[in-house]
Amino acid sequence: MKEFWRALRRNRLAVVGGVIVVILVVLAVFAPVLAPWDPNRPDVKTILEDPSRRHPLGTDQLGRDVLSRMLYGARVSLAVGFVSVGIATAIGIVLGALAGYNGGSVDGFIMRLVDLMLVFPRFFLLLAVLAFLRPSIWTIMAVIGLTGWMGVTRLVRAEFLALKEREFVVWSQAIGASGYRVVWRHILPNAMAPVLVAMTLGIPAAILTESGLSFLGLGVQPPYATWGNILNEGKDTLEIGWWLSFYPGVAILVTVLSYNLLGEGIRDALDPRLRQAAGGFATRKG
Amino acid sequence: MLTYALRRIFFAIPLLLGITFLSFAIIHLAPGEPTDLIQGDPRLEASAQARQLLREIYGLDQPIHVQYWKWLTRIVRLDFGRSFSPDGRPVLAKIGERLPVTLLLNIVELLIIIALAIPIGVLSATRQYSMFDKVTTVFVFVGFATPDFWLALLLLILFGVQLGWLPISGLRSLNWEYLSFWKQQTDFLAHLLLPVVVATFGGLAGFSRYMRQSMLEVVRQEYIQSARAKGLAERVVIGKHALRNAMLPIVTILGLSLPGLIGGSVIVESIFAIPGMGQLMVQAVFERDYPVIMGNLVIVAVLTLVANLIADLAYGMVDPRIRVGRRR
Repeated sequence: MKEFWRALRRNRLAVVGGVIVVILVVLAVFAPVLAPWDPNRPDVKTILEDPSRRHPLGTDQLGRDVLSRMLYGARVSLAVGFVSVGIATAIGIVLGALAGYNGGSVDGFIMRLVDLMLVFPRFFLLLAVLAFLRPSIWTIMAVIGLTGWMGVTRLVRAEFLALKEREFVVWSQAIGASGYRVVWRHILPNAMAPVLVAMTLGIPAAILTESGLSFLGLGVQPPYATWGNILNEGKDTLEIGWWLSFYPGVAILVTVLSYNLLGEGIRDALDPRLRQAAGGFATRKG
Repeated sequence: MLTYALRRIFFAIPLLLGITFLSFAIIHLAPGEPTDLIQGDPRLEASAQARQLLREIYGLDQPIHVQYWKWLTRIVRLDFGRSFSPDGRPVLAKIGERLPVTLLLNIVELLIIIALAIPIGVLSATRQYSMFDKVTTVFVFVGFATPDFWLALLLLILFGVQLGWLPISGLRSLNWEYLSFWKQQTDFLAHLLLPVVVATFGGLAGFSRYMRQSMLEVVRQEYIQSARAKGLAERVVIGKHALRNAMLPIVTILGLSLPGLIGGSVIVESIFAIPGMGQLMVQAVFERDYPVIMGNLVIVAVLTLVANLIADLAYGMVDPRIRVGRRR
């Protein structure tokens, strides 16, 4: 563990990413204290004002303060990122453990299910599901989580396949430990490293997905401010109010970048061999 | 090769069934009946009629296995019903006219990504930690974190509005019919430019990263050392021995990332008002046009499956180790 921290701290980019992530979390948690204005209070006198001292990031088409809305938007991004990745990871661990430990037809079935889910372009699947549900922050979290567990399942399964042949597992089975105990106490803790990396890299992907959905107007609904829907509202006034579309995009970029740097750093620090395994690159969209 | 191909195709059949099953399950996802949502939506006037129509199409009053069987037999005959939107056209016709647009966009995107990612990956791997490698690594991370809809908006305002160099929506100018043949082609390309740039950006970052990684691994192999030892020129060693082997995992990753690339067309098509499947999907979701949504979902999934199958077969063709032995 000590070695892990040392390795992580030596990676300058990962440290920068980590610090920004912490700052973002603090900003999101303390948004109600930090926001200079009520994010949802319209003001006809200040419609589409340029960034100024009163409104550091300007105001939107209803005269609402963009900085305050962005701070509240950070809460949504963060919540969606953590909760949906939590859901996806939980499903992934259970299915991956079942498949890897049992093998045989259980494994075959679960892996076919993974293949099946991966055949659907995620954005199309998300939209189809959302069409049948009423959009709210909870449905968005659930739907992103339920469509994003395949990677973790594969990782956990691969770890289980390798670990269950190892001596400490075989011995604990030999002294009569129950399957449940072997899985929870002996295999799973040793399989968590790649899962942790996948989670760190999964959060920015979920944030991107949420902001994409909100941008289309199918994610978290107004008046709830999210970076995606601020951008969506801003695109209609692009020519007179560039700041409305510019800053939320920067916020998304910086957030996603920081999580990715941190995630890659954790991966390298945990085990350089994992460089390949925990990918996630190139398949972020949809 | 033939047995390999047949085996791959055989494995695709349960997936095909799975696609229909999962899609069917989504229809039943809505609490109560999907028709409730329509009725609760004040935007839709013909709600009672639409409700009845939906009941008929999916036979919502029948037992669930009968419903699935009915839906399956319709799908197999490519009968996705009629759209709920006022035009009431068959879903298949609506999708049919949009499919070529989305395919064109994605194929162009894929070709550009391949053409750029391979040289970028190879160069940054062979010159690891050089200036070029560092610059591309920054590009990869930033490219990967850039929301495509945001990039699209920025490019739109810069090239479309401020500079006025490029058209901002659709695939053709209003006066397209009156242009000469060559003007028509350049007009089309000008419309295509921004969407393709946006669609390529994120994928390019990922692929050049993968290519670099794959190349770095191959270069460390013994057969590369022996190729060098027998005095081959560096160009031959890298360009022939290393590149061919480094390409292998890329073929698989290409296949795996297809759904992602196709999914990305939802946003690009919506922003640039390109009449493709992604835009159709978004419109359908807003209008709660269930037949179009389901038709779109099934067809996109089947297309991805076919594309994956082609990637698999291509992989088998370039790598004999996959064909013989090694089963999944």
